[in-house]
Amino acid sequence: MGFDLVANVIIAGVLTGLVYGLMALGLSVIFGVVRVVNFAHGEMMTLAMYAATVLFAAFNLDPFLAMIPVAAAFFVLGYALQAGLINPFVTRPEHSQFMLLVAVAIILVNAMLMIFGPDARNVQVDYQLESFEIGRILVDKARLYSALAAIIASFALFVFFRFTLTGKAIRACADNYLGAKVVGLNVKRYYALTFGIGAACVAVAGCAMVLLVDVTPPLGPAYTLLAFVIVIVGGLGSMGGALLGGVLIGVSEALAGLFITPSAKGMFSFGLLILVLLFRPQGLLGRRS
Amino acid sequence: MQRRQFNKALAGAAALAAFPGLVRAQSQKLKVGVILPRSGYLGFIGQSCQKGADLAPGVIKEMLGVDIELMNADFESNVDTARTRAERLIQEGANVLVGPFDSGAAAAIAQVAEQRGVPLVINIAAAPQITEQGYKFVFRNFQTAGDIVRNGLDLIGDLFRATNTVPRTAVYMHVNDTFGQAMTKGIQAMLPMRTQLPFKIVDTIGYDPAAKDLTVEVSKAKAANADFLLLVCRLNDAIILRREMVKQRWNPMGIVSPGSPGMYEEQYFKTLGKLSEYSISNVPWYNPRAKLTQVVEKAFKKQNPKDNLVFHGLNAGFTFEACLIAADAFKRARSIDPKTLADAIRQTNITEKMMLGGPIKFNAKGQVEGIGSACVQNLHLLPTVVLPASAATAKPVFPAPYYKKT
Repeated sequence: MGFDLVANVIIAGVLTGLVYGLMALGLSVIFGVVRVVNFAHGEMMTLAMYAATVLFAAFNLDPFLAMIPVAAAFFVLGYALQAGLINPFVTRPEHSQFMLLVAVAIILVNAMLMIFGPDARNVQVDYQLESFEIGRILVDKARLYSALAAIIASFALFVFFRFTLTGKAIRACADNYLGAKVVGLNVKRYYALTFGIGAACVAVAGCAMVLLVDVTPPLGPAYTLLAFVIVIVGGLGSMGGALLGGVLIGVSEALAGLFITPSAKGMFSFGLLILVLLFRPQGLLGRRS
Repeated sequence: MQRRQFNKALAGAAALAAFPGLVRAQSQKLKVGVILPRSGYLGFIGQSCQKGADLAPGVIKEMLGVDIELMNADFESNVDTARTRAERLIQEGANVLVGPFDSGAAAAIAQVAEQRGVPLVINIAAAPQITEQGYKFVFRNFQTAGDIVRNGLDLIGDLFRATNTVPRTAVYMHVNDTFGQAMTKGIQAMLPMRTQLPFKIVDTIGYDPAAKDLTVEVSKAKAANADFLLLVCRLNDAIILRREMVKQRWNPMGIVSPGSPGMYEEQYFKTLGKLSEYSISNVPWYNPRAKLTQVVEKAFKKQNPKDNLVFHGLNAGFTFEACLIAADAFKRARSIDPKTLADAIRQTNITEKMMLGGPIKFNAKGQVEGIGSACVQNLHLLPTVVLPASAATAKPVFPAPYYKKT
């Protein structure tokens, strides 16, 4: 097995993993602050992928440019969802939250089926079938650009939470619900903001992903599961962990496909998940609760 | 009432009592439960099959003078759903089931049909074991994987002879589902015996039929440095795979399927445009010169003015024929009793048919033998028969023009 083959596969795994990581980052941020697990996460990403295909078909808008309006729309959607629907459930038992978000997921999948039908859709941009050639290594342009977009979005999110007042306030709400209320923070509003940010994050990931994968409504549940695997491996609530988890899953799937059998790719993500749960249940970069 | 009128009425009543089935058959419709994957990863093909079923009531009424009513069900490309949908169709009164395109689903539905004693006429599904279980209510008018592979490999030999080419190596890629595994077993068993074929398989790569990304698979296949790609695929994966080949700049002599769907489907052409050109599928195909084809084509055009039968010929053709088999049996049986219908299906002998091959006759296992295949190549954005020469409308192009030996 040649070096170039292994290198090509690892690079593809890392690049895809970064986009996975951005998707999982949204889930991790929402859970880290609101303490609600978004079971409609993959479905929201699928919706963002459809939004990108619609904008491309209607205005020939490149998915990378579509990230801005789609993220903005998803921020509003996420904010409204948290403010109007999820906030009343924040203090309710976990199974109520679970059922609520599963219901949202089912509604989203069926709405997409009704609106877009079962057909696979994609965007056809000029660079989609092109690759950069570095010696004997080929790097898929669309995958590289998507990964760069994921890195930029993750960095922006990190800066927001670390250095802005709103970001710090959100972290305060996450660290100490009662304390945040005592100092006068409108916790419910910050929860809604956080959900909006998580939704915008998944919208950016969806716009990047549509360049790599054709979209169909049933993709949603598969991505929800994948996002869970990634955040559990990386550490639920950890931003760096989500990215690391995404890359690890991307690379392990790619290497399993190369060295064992492509049919067993998915199996390795779950194998990795079991190992992490056994030996580091808080995730690779997660903190012990 | 006069005495004569009374006697006539009495005679009529006696006839009714003596031959109730006859009256029922004439007055009743045959309820055909059509179960197909109209959504999910097989959605496009399921919808294509549905077009054939939709033609059946009108065309069959004209041909045979019997009424059939379709009861449509979508099993969402999911085997478990197929089983429950079949159960529900039977509960809702389906007299016969038609479908389901997919081998895994066919195996599941066959169990339901057998348990409930309702005939199942399989339109498309190739896994041999479906008709090897001793089922009494399961019938298949489609080639088994073994037949597909045998015909497909023979046509590959014909292709090489017709184009004076001698590829030495192939990399074999296949979907890892019931159909793909059945085809793989067939190829592994038959290829070594076909000494006229000059090539060896240097690597075998199976992949998930619902795969969203085939980067690793194509990297691996490219690294095998084989002369051509032997491919058993479905539709969505065939599109993903072709795109990935372009991204990875892999240009083998050609892509040849020894008998699988995907590369002759309309969506393959629509999505890939020029990239769809020169792909080859050796598959059971329709006979464009058959009388029935012309009737079906006319009805198809009327019902689907924007569509071209050539993109749906295999799916719509076999699905239409499955409905025809059920209606023909209903006409002869004059009954909707499932056992009587199954017995009538077993006696089928339809010579006026649409698809290539001999008459539709079921053997003791419920399998039609002698269904023909054609070598169909994508030329000028249309699936075109290039072999056998007797049915060909163009010459095969192999190697593909973009091929450059590295």
